[in-house]
Formats: sequence, C-alpha cells, structure tokens
Amino acid sequence: MTAAIELKDASRAFGTVVALDRVSLTIAPGEFFALLGPSGSGKTTCLRLIAGFDHPDSGTILLDGEDVTDVPPYDRNVNTVFQDYALFPHMSVAENVAYGLRVRRVGAAERAGRAREMLELVRLGDFGDRRPGQLSGGQKQRVALARALINRPNVLLLDEPLGALDLKLREEMQAELKGLQQRLGITFVFVTHDQGEALSMADRVAVFSQGRIEQLDTPRGLYTRPRTAFVASFVGSANVVEGPEAERLTGRREPFAIRPELIEVIAVDQQAPSGAISCTGTLEDVLYHGSSSRCHVRIDEHTTLAVARAESVAGTPLPPQGSRVRLAWRAESMVPLQAG
Amino acid sequence: MRSRRDWNRASLGQKLAAAAGLVFLHAPVWVIVLYAFTTEDRTYQFPPPGLTLHWFEVAFARDDIWAAMRLSLVVALAATAVALLLGTLAAFALAKREFRGKESITLLFVLPIALPGIITGLALLAGIRSIGLEPNFWTIVAGHATFCLVIVYNNVIARLRRLPGSWVEASMDLGADGLQTFRYVLLPQIASALLAGGMLAFALSFDEIIVTLFTAGHQQTLPIWFYSELFRPRERPITNVVAVVVILVTLVPILLAYYLTKPDEQGPGS
Amino acid sequence: MLRSLSTFFHGRNAFYIALLLAPPLLWLGTVYLGSLFTLLAQSFYAIDEFTAKVVPELTLKTYRQLFTQPANVDIVVRTVLMAIAVTIASAVIAFPIANYMARYAGPKMKAFFYVGVMLPMWTSYLVKVYAWRLILAKQGIASWAIASLGLERGLDSLLATPVVGGPSLASSYIGMFIVFVYMWLPFMILPLSAALERVPASLLQASADLGARPGQTFRNVVVPLALPGLAAGSIFTFSLTLGDYIIPSVVGAPGYFVGMMVYQQQGTAGNMPLAAAFSVVPIVLIALYLSLAKRLGAFDAL
Repeated sequence: MTAAIELKDASRAFGTVVALDRVSLTIAPGEFFALLGPSGSGKTTCLRLIAGFDHPDSGTILLDGEDVTDVPPYDRNVNTVFQDYALFPHMSVAENVAYGLRVRRVGAAERAGRAREMLELVRLGDFGDRRPGQLSGGQKQRVALARALINRPNVLLLDEPLGALDLKLREEMQAELKGLQQRLGITFVFVTHDQGEALSMADRVAVFSQGRIEQLDTPRGLYTRPRTAFVASFVGSANVVEGPEAERLTGRREPFAIRPELIEVIAVDQQAPSGAISCTGTLEDVLYHGSSSRCHVRIDEHTTLAVARAESVAGTPLPPQGSRVRLAWRAESMVPLQAG
Repeated sequence: MRSRRDWNRASLGQKLAAAAGLVFLHAPVWVIVLYAFTTEDRTYQFPPPGLTLHWFEVAFARDDIWAAMRLSLVVALAATAVALLLGTLAAFALAKREFRGKESITLLFVLPIALPGIITGLALLAGIRSIGLEPNFWTIVAGHATFCLVIVYNNVIARLRRLPGSWVEASMDLGADGLQTFRYVLLPQIASALLAGGMLAFALSFDEIIVTLFTAGHQQTLPIWFYSELFRPRERPITNVVAVVVILVTLVPILLAYYLTKPDEQGPGS
Repeated sequence: MLRSLSTFFHGRNAFYIALLLAPPLLWLGTVYLGSLFTLLAQSFYAIDEFTAKVVPELTLKTYRQLFTQPANVDIVVRTVLMAIAVTIASAVIAFPIANYMARYAGPKMKAFFYVGVMLPMWTSYLVKVYAWRLILAKQGIASWAIASLGLERGLDSLLATPVVGGPSLASSYIGMFIVFVYMWLPFMILPLSAALERVPASLLQASADLGARPGQTFRNVVVPLALPGLAAGSIFTFSLTLGDYIIPSVVGAPGYFVGMMVYQQQGTAGNMPLAAAFSVVPIVLIALYLSLAKRLGAFDAL
C-alpha cells in the first residue's frame, strides 16, 4: 500500500538555524497522525514542507508515491487548516468555503450547493451569509475546516488547530475532529505542542526535538516505552535518572525513566517489597490536584523524583513536608533510555 | 492628592493649550477664505471693509487661470497614473520577501520625499539639461511621478505588511495560483490603499510648486501661476479666490484618502 | 497558460522580485538617481569667470569658493541656526497638542484632532505661505491685532533688534520664524503624539506611586520615552527648513538662505556649479542629522 505521505531525508535550514535535519517519515492513508514537539523543534516546518509552502534544501517529499518536492501548493492534493484560520474577511463564510471550487472554475450554482454541504458537515449550515469578523473562535475554525475539505483532499493538514480555544471547547473539538476523520476516512496530520492532545487523538505520533524525530510510535508506545530522555520527560513527564545516580540505584550506568505513578511512598524505616528498587529521600513539597497528589522527593544533591499518588478512601496520609521517606518501585517499571 | 479618576482627565490649561494649537493651525487658512470675499483690492486691510462675490466672477472669467488649472489637472492625472503602476509594483516586491540589497533599495524609495524639494528640483533640472532637453510638459510629469510613486508605494506597502502571510498561503493551498491569489485575495484588500495613495498623489501633484519651478519651462501650472501672483500688488483678491479653489480641490481627495485608510475595518478573519 | 507562468515564478523568488522591481527601479534609478549624480558632478565643475560658461573639468574651485567667502559661510550658518530654532520651537509648541491627543483624548476626540492636524498639513504649501503674507502684511491682521492691543512700540523695538528683526513684520526673521514653525508643526505633532501614545499609562502610575510629582514624572518618564517621536519630528522640521527657498523670499529678511542661494545661482546667475555645491550642503547636513536622529531612535517612531 503506497504511503499517503512520505518524507525522505528532508532538511531545511534558515540561515544558521537548522529547522529540519534529514527527517524521514511515512504516513499511511487514513491515519490520524500527530507531529508533536516544543516550539522550534521543526514540526511546523515539516508540515509546511508537506503542504508546499516551503521547499526543502535537500531530500524529497512524496504524496501517494509521487515526488511533489517541486510542485507548488495549488497543485498538491493536500489542504491546510491554519493556526490563525486565515479566513478572507472580504468574503462571506459561504464564499470562503467555496473558494477552492471557485479557483477551479466550478459553476456558481454547484459551488453554492457544495459549500452548503460542507457547512452542514461542520454544523454551521445557516452561517453562509455571515462574515468571518462576526464569528467566534470555534466557529471560525469550523469554517476553516469546511473550506479545506471542499476540494476533497487526500490529506488534511492542521497547524496547532486547538491552540486558541479554551479548555472546554478544545475537548469538544478534539472529539469532533476525531469523529470527522473517521467518517471521511482521509489522512489527518496535525501539529501540536500539547502532548495530551497528541496522545488522545492520534493513531501515531512523531516526537520532534531540534529538527529531528526522536521517536515515532503509537501513543501507548511513547508513554510506556520512551526511547530517549527527551521523549520520557516531554510525553507524560516521567522522571529521568541518569549517570551516577542511576548506577547507585540499579548498578548500571545507563539512564532510565520511571513514571511518577509507578513510585510508591512508604515510611522511611519500612522494608521495601522484595524485588523492588528503593531509596530514601526528603519530601520537599506536595501539590494537591484533587483526585491525586503530586509530590517531589529529593533523593540526593542533584536528583528530585516526582511521585504521583492517587487519593483513595483508605489511603494513608503523607508524612509532613520535610520528613524523610522511602521510595520504592518494581524493577520492571523502569524503562531503559538511550544514552546521550 | 488626585483621585483615581483624574488620571485620564486633562487639566483645563492642557485642554486650552491643545485647542489653541489646533486653532493656530487652522486660522491662516480661514483667513484666506475670508479675504477672498473682501471688497478691498489694494491692501490686506483687516477687518475687511466689505464682503462680496465679485472676485469670484472675475476669476472665473480669466483664461490664464483656467489654462493653469487644466494643466495642473492633466499633470496630476498623468503623474498619478504612472505612480500607481510603479508604486504598486515596488510595494509588492519589497513587502515581505527578503533579498540582498533590500535595505538600500528601500532607502532609495524614501529619498524623493526625504531630501528637500529644492535638491530634487535642481537635480532634475541638471539631469534634463545633461541629456540636451529643456523643461517641458513631460519633465513636469516625470518630476511629479517620481515622488507620487513614493506616496503610493508607502500606502500600498503599509497595507501589504498588515496582511497576514497565511492568507496567501491559504489561497494557494486551496488551489489558486499566483495570479488568481492576486485577483481574489490581494487586490480587494489593497484596493482601498491604492485609492488612498492615488488620491494623495493627485493632491500632492496638483499642489506642487517647489520641484515644479525647476521642471516647468514656460508652462504654468496653477501653483506656478499662484507664485507669480504673489509678488503682484494688483488684483490680490483674485489670488485669494484661486487659493480657495485650490484648498477645495485638494481637500476632497485628502479627506477621502484618510477615510479609506483608517484602520477601523472589520479585523481580518482571524 | 497563466498558471504555468505562475508556477515558473513560484520557486524562483529572485526572478519574481526582479521582474516586479525592474520598472520602478529603472525609473528611480535613471530619473532620480541619475539626476542626483548629475547634480553632484556639476558641483565639481567650475564656472569660467570670463565666458560665464561651465567648464566641464573636475575641480574643487567651486567648493573652495563656497567655504572661503565669508558671505557664503554666513548664509549657511544663518540657515542652520534658523533650522535649529524652528525645530526647538516646534517641539515646544507641539508638545501640549500631541500630549493631549495621545493621553487624554477619547477615541472620537483623537480622530477629530488627527484630522484637525492632518488637514493643514496637506493643505497647499503656497496657500499657507500666502496666508501668512496676508496676516503679517503692513495692514493685515497681525498689525491690527497689535494695534488694538496697543503694542506698536513693542513691535517696533522687536523689529529693530538686529538678529530677529527686519524692515517690517512681513520681511523679518521673526516673521520667517513664525511661518516656518507654522508650516512644519503638523510634522512634529504626529510622530510625537504617536510616540506619546505608546507610553503605557501604567508607567506614569508607577512613577506617581513611587512618589514623583507630575513635573518630575514628566521630566523623568515622559520626555525620555517621547524622545524618538521628537527626533522623528525634528527630522522634518530641520531638513524642511534647511532646504526651503520660497518662504525666505516671500516672508524674508534681506539676508540670504541656502535655498535661496541655490535658486538664484542656477537661475539668474547661471552658475550651476555653485548652485550644486550649495545644495550639497543641506544634503550632507541632513545625512548627519539623520544618523544622529537614528541613534535617538527616530526611525522606529516614523
């Protein structure tokens, strides 16, 4: 099966700043794919290369097996939903949505019909005559979606689509986008810096850092088996223990990651369960999050471990701040990381 | 101790000072308008002994005034046309993309209005003579077009810079090539800037004297006619009448240009 | 097809820019720059004293004439002094207006003031100069106002003062000064008010909170932050005064100004090289002033 999108060793630099460094990836048709990473990591550059707004310095971009590296954006079967929505203020909502058909010289009657269809798909059927300036953020985003889908592209690109929305709206839109993609069956590629979003929506995620893909995996794979320290701390904020501290705890120098929820806090003089790794430390602070608490325990001069503790009815209360405690975790919970 | 509410209230003195300044700026123009109606024609006597419309009649019968006005109009239209074309091209080239030497070229587009008019005028005269020409109608137009170009350029590039780059990308993403994007997305947005720039250029050209004195041969634009009248002791009120006409002719485009470029449009759709 | 043309340009940034820039650049390059260079070249020629024709040989004779003849130096000094005086006066007068516009005026009032300042700015230059001629004329408004206030004696002694006076109000330095200030005032008000508007109110409140009286806040907070705006406005007042030749001839004292010299030399005197040399002076001065103003942040305030 031909990949919907393929990048082969794509590189792009802006002056001395390397935005993308020989990045390769393959996205299957019908996938909901996320490009995740902090700002400046290269994820947006990657998206722009796929869309055609930018040209790689080296490497190739393929869509459906065809080399489109030198093809301008208007000739690619890819459409984009922009971060600032980019709705044309001098056109009505319906005219915005129909724009893609207008530039292909589709007749006015057919344009109006299909625009209406797309607006109903995003539940804005009666908004055709309004102007973008009269819409709320969420509505503008849905118009941008409708506009991008009217050409029936194979691939829909979304650039940080939910960043400008408030929490409640964001959660609604996440579900809507996921449902929409499943209904339409086309490939969605979206860029985000929010790992929670990427984990909950995507089939597969590529984690970017400094112009490179650190790990490309399913959400579960990223969370449970991070390969590098960066992925471990960026996705799910795991504790990363390196160097001499790692050696002290495990006998080996290789760094490892341990999720906060897999560490147990017990009394300092209590015996750790058999087969468990344990150490002592000082309870530095406790942050109450309602259904759980997060505390930080300093186990030596350089290392503080975060521990997440679910509140349960019969749970024992934590010792007071500043007291010595013992931490314990199962050996299998530790995930070995690539050094360096 | 002033209360919280007083932070944004100007004192009476400040208000008066501001108002006085505004009156100072406008008063001389009202004076001219007043003098166009005076009955006294030999001196600048104030207060005017009487008011009349007589001078308007006399002025409208003068052929030389009409000829000068016609010339000014034609020159302004021609210069504005050239300026619109060249200024827009330049604005598109310099709006967003970077390239080597961009800073120097941008400086070049500021020079015609940055350097004093006399230098521009004298330089143009030197240039005209160096290729063996004498000042004529076309040299007037060429001189005007040069700084009218800058006015249009300023207006259009300011508008282009306010356009989010994502609009052009969105248009191309949806299937429009460069020309279609220009037609459907860019042109409607810069239309008001083009109109405003054109109006300002027209007003500037119609009123221009400093450079025109060098680039006009025996032709008389309205400002040149006006200038030569400045030193004539007779028929002063006619000069005033012409001044009133000039004020009105340039007032309309200026106001229109202002209303076209006021940044109070419905914000861009994002 | 037009589309393939568009695609051709799509990746070729340089081509696209070159094509767009060619016509305007050609125009400015030949018509404007070409003329400027011709002028510059002329300043390095000299006029033959006997034939009164321009000798096309490169020489510094004209410049020497410019800088060594005391009359010429006087002219330059006089012009520069006037430019500086006008700049300072404009700044002082513009401040209350700009301050009101920026800080106290509500949106409607602000727009009203903006139009109110912009209209005189764009009103015909000649009409404005002529208006002042009327006002300052012997029997004009100014005389009438002074007479009604009984200040004739004051006016006479003012006119008799060596530096600022002159034969009459309409042909004196003080008259010229007033007209210059009037003409360029809007150019000072607009950038100044824009700069003042950018001063956040919270800064002024913080200053008061820390114990500063209004005068101190003004001196220590407002003025330094308004400096870029002042510098930007001063560029106009300085360079426009420096190069002007019409106002000194219409409302001027007998002494010559640079602009007038240029006009006269190229016209009746037929001494183009000297005219060119004289015009280089404002160019150099303005270039110097621009670099000074840039240091003060004027370019960000334009």
